[in-house]
Amino acid sequence: MAAVAVLAASPGLGWWFPQSYVDEAGAGSLESVNPLGREIDHLFYVILVICGVVFVLTQIGLAWALFGAAGRSRARYLHGNHVLEVVWTLIPAAALFFIAFYQMGAWAKFRVESYYPEGVTPVAEVTARMYEWRIRYPAPGKPLMDTPQPDDLYAVNELLIPAGQPVLIQLRSEDVQHSFSLPQFRIKQDALPGQRIPVWFQADVPGEYVLLCQELCGWGHYKMGGVVKAAPPEEHAAAMAAFAAERRSDGVTVENDEVTAALPDTDSTEPGERN
Amino acid sequence: MATLSPPATDAFPGGDPHGASGAHAGHKRPGFLRRYVFSTDHKVIGMQFLLTTLLMLFVGGAFALAIRWQLAYPWEPLPILGNALFPTTGGRITPEFYTMLFTMHGTVMVFLVIIPILAGAFGNFLIPLQIGAEDMAFPKLNMASYWIYWPAVFCFGYSYYAAGNFAAGPSSGWTAYPLLSALPDANPGTGPAQSWWLYGLTLVGVSSMMGSVNYLTTIINMRAPGMTLFRMPMSIWGMFITAILQAFALPVLTAASLMLIADRELGTCFFIPTGQLLPGEDAATIGGGQPLLWQHLFWFYSHPAVYIMLLPAMGMVSDMLACHCRKPLFGYKPMIYSMTAIAGLGFVVWGHHMFTSGMNPALGMTFMVSTVLIALPSGIKVFNWIGTIWGGKVRFNTVLLNCAAFVSMFITGGLSGIFMAAVPVDVYFHDTYFIVAHFHYILFGATLFGVFAAIHHWFPKMTGRSMSEGLGQLHFGITFLAFHGVFFPMHMLGMAGMPRRYADPYVHPPFENLLALNEFMTWCAIVMGAAQLLLVANFFGSWAFGKKAGRNPWLANGLEWSAPSPPPHGNFDLPPVCYRGPYEYSSPVVMPDRDYLPQDEPPEMHAVRGA
Repeated sequence: MAAVAVLAASPGLGWWFPQSYVDEAGAGSLESVNPLGREIDHLFYVILVICGVVFVLTQIGLAWALFGAAGRSRARYLHGNHVLEVVWTLIPAAALFFIAFYQMGAWAKFRVESYYPEGVTPVAEVTARMYEWRIRYPAPGKPLMDTPQPDDLYAVNELLIPAGQPVLIQLRSEDVQHSFSLPQFRIKQDALPGQRIPVWFQADVPGEYVLLCQELCGWGHYKMGGVVKAAPPEEHAAAMAAFAAERRSDGVTVENDEVTAALPDTDSTEPGERN
Repeated sequence: MATLSPPATDAFPGGDPHGASGAHAGHKRPGFLRRYVFSTDHKVIGMQFLLTTLLMLFVGGAFALAIRWQLAYPWEPLPILGNALFPTTGGRITPEFYTMLFTMHGTVMVFLVIIPILAGAFGNFLIPLQIGAEDMAFPKLNMASYWIYWPAVFCFGYSYYAAGNFAAGPSSGWTAYPLLSALPDANPGTGPAQSWWLYGLTLVGVSSMMGSVNYLTTIINMRAPGMTLFRMPMSIWGMFITAILQAFALPVLTAASLMLIADRELGTCFFIPTGQLLPGEDAATIGGGQPLLWQHLFWFYSHPAVYIMLLPAMGMVSDMLACHCRKPLFGYKPMIYSMTAIAGLGFVVWGHHMFTSGMNPALGMTFMVSTVLIALPSGIKVFNWIGTIWGGKVRFNTVLLNCAAFVSMFITGGLSGIFMAAVPVDVYFHDTYFIVAHFHYILFGATLFGVFAAIHHWFPKMTGRSMSEGLGQLHFGITFLAFHGVFFPMHMLGMAGMPRRYADPYVHPPFENLLALNEFMTWCAIVMGAAQLLLVANFFGSWAFGKKAGRNPWLANGLEWSAPSPPPHGNFDLPPVCYRGPYEYSSPVVMPDRDYLPQDEPPEMHAVRGA
């Protein structure tokens, strides 16, 4: 019967589920570059295993209950079973408490300041505004101040960080809500108007990572992207120095050619113009 | 297979299966307008709600298909309606219109379909019938709750024209987070459109509020003799708990939406922080508002609303499963207690929508524990449903198939919820398609399949005729398969990090490879949308030409089945008396003869019959 065949697809969910697992491994075979991100992945897999087992068992149980008694001539007259109720309350309760408390450490590390990793350095203030990320760096060698300083450096949509060490940004919003999201780092934090929120992360591997806005901020929400460029600390310092020199150059000095010649041509690769 | 046998009219002494004789013969027959338009009869109001919400289901579905089109074929001309809607862009959906599409899809589906189809349509139809009452406690209030729904529809619809041009509907998502929704100049669509959206929201709130007051009073005061609280069918328990949730949570949303209106229209600063430079103004605001406040207030209602959108369906599925498995509900009281626990916990979990919002991290931890715990009563319900099916004499008809799909998808959606309850994992999944997958499994997969089942189950009582089994199963089969085709891959999109509410995610390199999967999902969505035409055809076709059903086509126990089909104004031939719980299927007391024992059958009768 067609109906029976269709319903057989309900445990069929069980066949599709592994696919998503493969997919996760395939699409995200890059494990997170962020140590905290790897911890989050671990927590995800723990939940995936627990929920996966429960999922398969309950779907099989459902299918078995449905089809196991096909053709039965009369139903069991049965109002319930107290022992069973207690068992299937206590076991999931234990599993759920385990899941909940197992998460606390990672969450504290991400959000509670006293659990931040050692030596986390504030590198920039990131201000979200409609459809772009404004970045304010302190001048090389100076600490990041809460309020703008005359020698601060500004950039758009491109955040330079040193790789291999935890860095912190101060997140602000200039207009509506946005969300600072780094999928490859597995972190995300809303930017709230009127608040400054610290967010830390770490790139273990140098490279370029995508920065997204993940809180609806208007019609251009989808294209509010940026890039996080992580470089080894010395390269990062050099890049920042070059960036500072380039930003301060009034375009007429020619004495320091060798420096400007070594500069990456940042202007031609301005990433703020995505469409 | 289902057996449709003639009604056992002999079980209802004094009942006349074909007439409105009895208690209400004395009523004057009202005119057409009073009977079908401004009716105070709960059944007519229920049908009005059902037809209206089904219409809205198609409206919301059309929005969904347009969203899917854009995700599968970004910036390509929208077929059929494209040229009419977007003449200036060659039929292409603009990014600002995309934000309006998903805003309205969410709004229509949540506020105009799911909530009113459960509470308005089935709540209205079933509550008096199942508790053995003549009508609702406040019939006129009941009528008002339907007729205030239409101004809400008007407000939502008018929001598209409010700014004077078509493509300027509300665009800040169905959650309407400020400041986007608080600043009229923030974006196309946050001007007058947003105000009209808020008026609509307030009105649907008033409509639901009227309904919930009515349901509470009716269930508490108007139960038939013998219908104790613990003899009420689960549908009634679901509606009862839902009405409590609504009565206590909804005022918060109404207050919040009035505050937002005040922020927009009167220049208050409930949600706008100090120092905010508003577009077009020279001086920064001095308000001291806080955008997070809206999120707290909004979710304080809208999280319980998730249960408002689910508990009645849970109740109805419990009733239908027991009936179509010919078996008492497994663990009736644990089912009630777990439903109560879900509702109670539902009040203290709203913060799990805000894990990345910047609220105090300690709150994140407490909300995580309460949220994870809500899986516990949900699990108990699943186990009890499986226990109910187990060992039953299962009728594999449309109703049961839809109910089984409900249970199956509730498991899927419930388990995917645990990922989001876990704060660190949610930090990654927040606002990705994983969330979209999760709540569509619950709201569409569970609730809407429960509603499909309920339509087929109670249709004979509504119209006196049966729906076509063949069409029903075809509709179920296509919808079920296509549903998974649309929504299961969303989990994978979410794992890949694809964000929600992006008109074109593929501009970002990590998501380029997801286009093919999205195309597949869109085609499944189109098939699923088309399959709903089968439901409409079946619904109206059967209403006109279906087989006459009689009083009790499913051989069920509830009081509603002892009333004529369709029941006249006043419902019952004789005021029913309830002698037992609603789940006495396959009871040994009557067993060799028949496998059901209606709630209103006096005990002496089967003693005589059994002898």
